[in-house]
Amino acid sequence: MLFIPSCKEAAALLIANEDRLITLGDRARVRLHLLACKTCPNFERQLLTMRNALKQWRSYESTGLADDT
Amino acid sequence: MTALEQTPSFELQLVAHRGYLLKFARLQLRNEAWAEDAVSETMLAALNKPMAFDNRSQLKTWLVGILKHKVIDVFRHNARSVTLDAEQDAANSHAEFDGMVFKASGHFAEAPANWGNPEQNLQSSQFFQVLEACTENMPPAMGRVFLMREWLELSSDEICKELGLSTTNLYVTLHRARLRLRECLELHWFGVKADSR
Repeated sequence: MLFIPSCKEAAALLIANEDRLITLGDRARVRLHLLACKTCPNFERQLLTMRNALKQWRSYESTGLADDT
Repeated sequence: MTALEQTPSFELQLVAHRGYLLKFARLQLRNEAWAEDAVSETMLAALNKPMAFDNRSQLKTWLVGILKHKVIDVFRHNARSVTLDAEQDAANSHAEFDGMVFKASGHFAEAPANWGNPEQNLQSSQFFQVLEACTENMPPAMGRVFLMREWLELSSDEICKELGLSTTNLYVTLHRARLRLRECLELHWFGVKADSR
């Protein structure tokens, strides 16, 4: 059964998605929530920014672009 | 300058990277003595197998690669105390932190802000300093788990094995770590920027 989760639950699923595969049902619930919610789309974009930032950080730090401090 | 002076010895080139390696070893291991060990081991391994590199950045990438292996060795040698820390941290209730982020109704206590154009931030070395400081501020066991995932790039299964954690504990810890990082970046980077606009 599809129910629309709260922001807290939707956020937990979005975070979980960073580290493991979430089920199709959960995926659908999150999408439904994001359609209805004004605040969570920002949260989703923030997670994406963090993912890109961490990726960049790894390569930035290990390819010597960063100053040796 | 003579040609000789322009190419410092391999040893000197290594020493130039020591501080940088130590910073990461500390961040990942959260133990000064272990960090020193991992870096010394890295230096020794590099000295035993000197390689010529065209530029600084290649040498650095190579050294970081060795360090990552040495860091995992250190975790293995100290498995018992690492596991204890991880268990303790997972057992500690961080419910109060969830309570700060979310209201009882399940809504955000404070709506997540629009972080604007991420590309601009990712060009800034100050941004990475804030990112590192935020990671450093995590409790030790949480920081270790988070960096194993994001810096050592280990899979969930590998982290659970190295730390003797259950997958449930691992996911709870990563969940808290990511929420914390988000709060910290919003507070110390994106919030500050929005104010100064």
